[in-house]
Amino acid sequence: MTEATLEKLKILAAAAKYDVSCSSSGTVRRNDGKGVGNTVGGVGICHSFAADGRCIALLKVMLTNYCMYDCAYCINRRSNDIPRATLSVSEVVDITMEFYRRNYIEGLFLSSGVVRNPDYTMERIARIAKDLRLIHRFNGYIHLKSIPGASRELVNEAGRYADRMSVNIEIPREQSLKYLAPEKDHKSVYEPMGFIRQGVLQCQEDKKKMRHVPRFVPGGQSTQMIVGASPDTDRDILLTSSALYSMPTMRRVYYSGYVSVNQYDSRLPALKQPPLVRENRLYQADWLMRFYQFKAEEIADEGNPNLDLEVDPKLGWALRHPEVFPVDINRAPYEMILRVPGIGVKSAALIVSARRYRHLNSSHLSKIGVAMKRAKYFITCGELVAPSIADTSPEYVRRLLTARKNRAENPLQLSFDFS
Amino acid sequence: MIIYRFDGSFDGLLSAVFDSFARREKPDALLAPDGSLPLFYDLLHQVETDSDKSGRVWRKLTKVISASARAALTSAFLTDNPEFPLLALRFISRAVTSSGVSVETDFSDPAVLAVLKECRRVRGEAHRLLQFVRFQKAADGTYFAMIEPIFDVLPFAVNHFADRFSDQPFIIYDRLRDYGYHYDGTELKRVVISSDGYHMQTGLLSEEIMHPQERLFQDLWRAYVKSTAIMERLNPRKQRQDMPVRYWKYLTEMQK
Ligand code: SF4
Repeated sequence: MTEATLEKLKILAAAAKYDVSCSSSGTVRRNDGKGVGNTVGGVGICHSFAADGRCIALLKVMLTNYCMYDCAYCINRRSNDIPRATLSVSEVVDITMEFYRRNYIEGLFLSSGVVRNPDYTMERIARIAKDLRLIHRFNGYIHLKSIPGASRELVNEAGRYADRMSVNIEIPREQSLKYLAPEKDHKSVYEPMGFIRQGVLQCQEDKKKMRHVPRFVPGGQSTQMIVGASPDTDRDILLTSSALYSMPTMRRVYYSGYVSVNQYDSRLPALKQPPLVRENRLYQADWLMRFYQFKAEEIADEGNPNLDLEVDPKLGWALRHPEVFPVDINRAPYEMILRVPGIGVKSAALIVSARRYRHLNSSHLSKIGVAMKRAKYFITCGELVAPSIADTSPEYVRRLLTARKNRAENPLQLSFDFS
Repeated sequence: MIIYRFDGSFDGLLSAVFDSFARREKPDALLAPDGSLPLFYDLLHQVETDSDKSGRVWRKLTKVISASARAALTSAFLTDNPEFPLLALRFISRAVTSSGVSVETDFSDPAVLAVLKECRRVRGEAHRLLQFVRFQKAADGTYFAMIEPIFDVLPFAVNHFADRFSDQPFIIYDRLRDYGYHYDGTELKRVVISSDGYHMQTGLLSEEIMHPQERLFQDLWRAYVKSTAIMERLNPRKQRQDMPVRYWKYLTEMQK
């Protein structure tokens, strides 16, 4: 471990940074008292935040950024003339251990360019995980990228030591993927996803029959789609996500606003800035699917295949559906309360608890944490708070809500200029 | 206006609840020792902390609210909000007098809501310790971290570290409250360090007592944090929001 390692780490961290997954959630791995590390259940721990505001939970690094493929949207494609480096197995292991012991990270997120052949690369990825677990008795989090084209045996080997595995779809529609990455197709993505899923399900089956079944990717899998590198619509993206979430082992779909890394390639759009607002809207839509019982088709319907950039997708849905409002706070079922703009999951739960004790009025609601400035157009609670959307019009409410919006009020609003 | 003063302890709070029942009073303020008296008041009662009284209130509380609500109450009690003791007194008073249905989920009651809110603030700070403690390795193998949390939450967080780093001796020291924990690889002990060496003043190990490889790993970490940021999406506002600036002085990646 020397200064040379430092230079390699710089290159390989920068090479890995466009993969946005950072989560360290989904597993509980206890320290058995002999090793180092544990993984706490539920939400993971973010240890730092980079200058771009993104969370740093894992050491996210590539084993190598040499690659034999030439995917148009990727900074590491073989036709790019960029500094290349390769870390050795022991370097990755040592950096992970030393960072972990200083409480810098929750664990490792390892990906790699494809060198020689997929199996050669996958084998080294699996080796690192194995060394961490067996030699260093490391109980922290390990997220491994599965290399497209790697054999089932090697995916299974990696899965024994990993908490989570992922294969990125990158481009939602196969047609677009083939255009930008002619060496890839959806099979090369869905096949390794299938290996992971089958491994997890097999492990669950075995648990019913046997006592000591080795773990297999207990944190499930995740994937990522690049937003704005292809002409695919938000509806395409969300329908793909929703199909992915129907896989029992799929935990998270990430969205990565395309950063113009290869401007010379005319197959790609020339973007001055990554489409951050659109990316943010997709995360909000994803959130609605996972926690608010919305369906992809509702969020981006056929008439509106792209998300409204001016308002968040929940408000967008409400403005398109004035007929379901106002919602009666004291009587409506939980699912309807969740649909009210300005009411989050936490407040909705507090409302259904509190209304058992007394009739709730608007002052209770604001104390509970409801954003009344928004919610008031969509609810009734036995007093006149504002003319509801049903009494006025969606256009009127939209005008009021978008005029009023300022950055300080809405933390999800990204701070940058639309111009 | 009826004013109670108490010693600021949790037992003192429970004793105040006991007194208010015994004296059939509803205090309008419950002041910690450093709280200042208003210009005018009708009555000032000094609560004597008494483990017999507080024990009786606590035992009653165990029958009327859930374990998680009691845990929320004790967490919330660590807040710095000077209004909270009175709200906590009201919460406890309502809980011990209500019959049948538990009050802990009545979020239309300001006292119930205050317990929830302050508990979230305090636990948020405890969680920030799990996030932002940074160890530096000393030449003798001990890992050292200095912290300055806004609430006294180190006791909540320290077991996490003893569990996670069970084979690694460490010291985590709260500079504001001047105590910390020392873990020697087997046992966790509360300690007060009287030395005023460089590391106790600054929170940083000096070159002489640093492990020979410590500098390299700090440099690797700083380089990593820099390289992982996407320059096209700089967002310092979000960075500060999620990683409060008050933590930066002991964060390895924010130094130099
Ligand atoms: S295979 Fe992966 S690393 Fe290689 S060019 Fe394609 S996206 Fe980039």
